[in-house]
Amino acid sequence: MGEAIVITSGKGGVGKTTTTANIGTALALQGKKVCLVDTDIGLRNLDVVMGLENRIIYDLVDVVDGRCKIHQALVKDKRFDGLLYLLPAAQTVDKSAVRPEQMKKLVEELKQDYDYVIIDCPAGIEQGYKNAVAGADKAIVVTTPEVSAVRDADRIIGLLEKERQLEAPKLIVNRIRNHMMKTGDMLDLDEITEHLSIGLIGIVADDDEVIRASNHGEPIALNPNSKASIAYRNIARRILGESIPLQPLEDSNKGVFSKIKKFFGVRS
Amino acid sequence: MKKRQNVTIKGTKDGLVLRFADSCSYDELKLELDQKLSANTGTQDEHHSISVKLEVGNRYLTDEQREELKELIRKKKNLVVDDIVSNVITKDEADQLRAENEVMTVTKIIRSGQILQVPGDLLLIGDVNPGGTVIAGGNIFIMGALKGIAHAGCYGNDQAVIAASIMKPTQLRINNSLNLVSDLIPATEKREMECAYMDENHQIKIDRLQTLIQLRPNLTRLEGGH
Repeated sequence: MGEAIVITSGKGGVGKTTTTANIGTALALQGKKVCLVDTDIGLRNLDVVMGLENRIIYDLVDVVDGRCKIHQALVKDKRFDGLLYLLPAAQTVDKSAVRPEQMKKLVEELKQDYDYVIIDCPAGIEQGYKNAVAGADKAIVVTTPEVSAVRDADRIIGLLEKERQLEAPKLIVNRIRNHMMKTGDMLDLDEITEHLSIGLIGIVADDDEVIRASNHGEPIALNPNSKASIAYRNIARRILGESIPLQPLEDSNKGVFSKIKKFFGVRS
Repeated sequence: MKKRQNVTIKGTKDGLVLRFADSCSYDELKLELDQKLSANTGTQDEHHSISVKLEVGNRYLTDEQREELKELIRKKKNLVVDDIVSNVITKDEADQLRAENEVMTVTKIIRSGQILQVPGDLLLIGDVNPGGTVIAGGNIFIMGALKGIAHAGCYGNDQAVIAASIMKPTQLRINNSLNLVSDLIPATEKREMECAYMDENHQIKIDRLQTLIQLRPNLTRLEGGH
């Protein structure tokens, strides 16, 4: 019996889908059997980020309405040997096509066969959100260091706390720009965690590579050289129960000279 | 044996006091009241109205009964019912009263979009985040940061106060006056251990917590002691 984790944020554009894709990928890299579920019915794009768009035959609504079996709708990611699957959202109908009870049943079924069911939640707090949360056991809230995103995250956490079946939600702070945090132009991490007062499960630096990778349909977590990739891999390992310290935000690839200076305690 | 009187009439300098026995039936009482008042009307010829206070003892009167008695007395000229005093209240009224005098302790973070309302005083152990609202019939005490909206004395109590460990609200309301605090408090300032109250001009003021001792001595519930 696996566990279902919903990735949500309230606000749009903070990186829910990217986070879902990368956590799923990173968990699969750890050898876990993972199923990604896109609940953004009508505005699906997890399939695009994963590069699986052209292999979709059936979708979530087809499964729920009984037009096909679950395994027929699941899209297998060939980069992983039967470890990573995607259940795509429908594109032609809207979010009212599915009810929370149906989602719950669907996720229960998926949990039988997979170690992790990662649910990508749509933006907003309406029907789509309710569907996405219905079957989840855990929740991860994604936010960025902006006041508007933190405000919406706060609202979503309030709603998640009302869901009895959910464990206390965890926080990912996405798109951190270190130089702006230093100058105080962006909310700093302490401010965000103090405000939201939930556990932090990971921080992801703003990285151009993330956008490049998702445009190529290859989650950044596949690339072992990127900082963001390591951040997502660390989050996956924390989900698995390992205790890993947060990555330092400072650029580590400044060169040998600064490392030596640091070693001797000279401030640069 | 002389029948015990169910209605006794007493004159005081503020007007008449009608004392009703609480062991007879309501209909009996009404009948006797009617007779007594009819007997008395002849003797009164002054033109100014006389105020009447009803003391009903341990009798519970419903709102309709109260109206009926008032109507009955009003029909006799010059008599106006000022007040009805009863020793009994219903359980609901008692519960309401208790709730309004109770300090409700809540440990929670009031997040954006959430509203917490209590009938009496509120002691919140946690924060009120921006977009969150706390409403109380009495005072509000927050052991945490107040960054949202706080509304004290919402049923019409000017004396209610709002106290917080960190006072950075978006809005403060006491009774029906409202204060946009952003104009009052610069965002950068540290605002610790402060209270908000309404002054004589119905303006909400923010001050150090310690000033409450002078401003609202009634907040102290402890009676006796040192």
